[in-house]
Amino acid sequence: MPSPEATIDSVEIDRIISSHIDLEGPLLPILHALQDAFGFLPSQAHAPIAEALNISRAELHGVISFYHDFHNAPKGRHVLKICRAEACQSVGGTALAENTLAKLGLDWHGTTADGAVTVEPVYCLGLCACAPAVMIGDKVIGRVDATRMDTIISEASA
Amino acid sequence: MKITVPMDSAAKAVGADEVVQALLAAAKDKGIEVEITRTGTRGMIWLEPLVEVEIDGLRHGFGPATPEDAAAILDGNSDKALGPVEALDWMKRQTRLTFARVGVIDPLSLDDYKAHGGLAGLKRAVSMTGQEITDEVKASGLRGRGGAGFPTGIKWQTVHDAEEPQKYIVCNADEGDSGTFADRMIMEGDPFTLIEGMTIAGLGVGATKGYVYLRSEYPDAINVMRKAVDIAHKAGVLGADVLGSGRAFDMEIRMGAGAYVCGEETSLLNSLEGKRGVVRAKPPLPALEGFLGRPTVVNNVISLATVPVIFEKGAQYYADFGLGRSRGTVTLQIAGNVARGGLFETAFGIGLDEVVNDLGGGTLSGRPVKAVQIGGPLGSYLPVSKFDAKLGYEELDSQGGLLGHAGMVVFDDTANMLGMARFAMEFCAVESCGKCTPCRIGAVRGVETIDRIAQGDMDALPLLADLCETMKDGSLCALGGFTPLPVMSAVTHFPDEFSNAKEAAE
Ligand SMILES: Cc1cc2nc3c(=O)[nH]c(=O)nc-3n(C[C@H](O)[C@H](O)[C@H](O)COP(=O)(O)O)c2cc1C
Ligand code: SF4
Ligand code: FES
Repeated sequence: MPSPEATIDSVEIDRIISSHIDLEGPLLPILHALQDAFGFLPSQAHAPIAEALNISRAELHGVISFYHDFHNAPKGRHVLKICRAEACQSVGGTALAENTLAKLGLDWHGTTADGAVTVEPVYCLGLCACAPAVMIGDKVIGRVDATRMDTIISEASA
Repeated sequence: MKITVPMDSAAKAVGADEVVQALLAAAKDKGIEVEITRTGTRGMIWLEPLVEVEIDGLRHGFGPATPEDAAAILDGNSDKALGPVEALDWMKRQTRLTFARVGVIDPLSLDDYKAHGGLAGLKRAVSMTGQEITDEVKASGLRGRGGAGFPTGIKWQTVHDAEEPQKYIVCNADEGDSGTFADRMIMEGDPFTLIEGMTIAGLGVGATKGYVYLRSEYPDAINVMRKAVDIAHKAGVLGADVLGSGRAFDMEIRMGAGAYVCGEETSLLNSLEGKRGVVRAKPPLPALEGFLGRPTVVNNVISLATVPVIFEKGAQYYADFGLGRSRGTVTLQIAGNVARGGLFETAFGIGLDEVVNDLGGGTLSGRPVKAVQIGGPLGSYLPVSKFDAKLGYEELDSQGGLLGHAGMVVFDDTANMLGMARFAMEFCAVESCGKCTPCRIGAVRGVETIDRIAQGDMDALPLLADLCETMKDGSLCALGGFTPLPVMSAVTHFPDEFSNAKEAAE
């Protein structure tokens, strides 16, 4: 299997940068678009971004590291975000999260050995009236209990 | 047969898409012709997925529906029948001004929007001067719904008076508070209202460009808002010539990147500019030096989405609702461990007890209510003894509470208040922008101190109180400054859980 770095297309990187460069405040849109395209922020993109935006690489690194959303290495095929915030806690969200992590043998941000699922904490999905809530990819799920969680994980692992 | 089913993410999260599939399949089986329109949610989340079937011009509800209910719903003999939706107690008791169309119309149909009063406000505004528009907002008494409750018209006046060629309207759609979803609901359910409100703001203060900073945790809302902006643009609602007025206003949707602190307006502006979301010291006010250093209105989604109805019905009409200095309606979000959770819009002044026990029906678990956290992760925990509090900015403040974005999270008697206090500190530590030491380091110390209390170290209790004082006094923004509220309210109202923490745990 080729390493993810090897499959990064510098033409695609340049295309993404140049298609956003005329926006006011183009950096976050560029980072989101790159992450959408590659699944993470490839290190090969750093130099061209810094040059196009006329910022230092240290500044760029500072921005990337500030935001929970951005990551420099690939994640699992599915990212499961489990809400840790108060409304979810009020209906058993903490136990749900802890049991899920224990079952998968993971800590927060960990990825299963088969590369299927990465588990991330999230602080509120706006589903606080049908909590506990999770999101897998872009799909939101509410009123999650242990059984529902098992189904979500087995579907993601399939 | 005309059917509506919400496409709101809360409805989808509990199976609305699967119900739609089942309805289509059942209709095919029976040879019935159905027309299914996806709407926003009415806000009765405990009834979602809520299917509505039009019978003699009235929409009848069926919910919470499962795919198995589909056939019976089509046959008209489902045991999930609720009768006409508008006649349900939860609907009848509301004053839906901001949310009038949510759950009713197809969110992406501009015709539907217009048929339900949409654009009436903007049509009026295009005939007014910027000053007249600003005065109208002042007269309505509208205050910011994002948390601080600052008078919207006064903020607009500052931007109106600033003499700069380029000004901006920035909509704060970062909605990070636990227990809140009003912004999401309106963006998914009636996006044109927000677009119309931002456009009126632009005409009012002389801004030609708007941005919605929308959190990445809301992919559905982002999707609906982007489509709505496109449609509004094509229809001439947005663009160089707003509704043929010769005045320009355009807008873009920008996605956040998962930082709670970016809901703070100056952090948000930095983020929008492509910087680290660090909080800026004020002054300068964003109204004078905001996005890219230019005069900028930063308003919450609900503040801006309330502007159209103020212009449609008149400032006085809006101001006639409310209590004291809290004018108009509050969009309550009832959440957490509650039997009936959802969105309830009503005049300011409703009592907390009525909201939790009557509307909300008490806890979901059926156990006694222990506390309610109002105003998100920086808001106080109020015990049942404070339930006679009235919901208004000043009224709640006098009870040691914070209305914030008007989310309320209900907890039953199994809630561990020391655990909740610890979480508040932990959250502050995770989300701190790092600018001030009392917040960045204090929150980490706070977690450690609460852990000592949990171990039975009573000397740590006064330390926690001191630490909270330091955070309150030495923090630049409300993240560090208000985290002491949930922490100390838990200590004050549930002292036993802190003084007997070790015994309780054993
Ligand atoms: C840590 C922190 C987070 C905030 N999050 C939000 C938010 O998610 N949405 C919001 O509208 N305001 C938020 N605010 C308040 C904003 O700073 C600002 O007061 C608001 O956007 C102004 O709009 P309004 O006057 O319409 O309420 C937050 C403030 C702080 C200190
Ligand atoms: S209080 Fe915390 S979040 Fe707010 S400016 Fe200071 S360090 Fe940043
Ligand atoms: S607190 Fe979990 S979805 Fe809001």
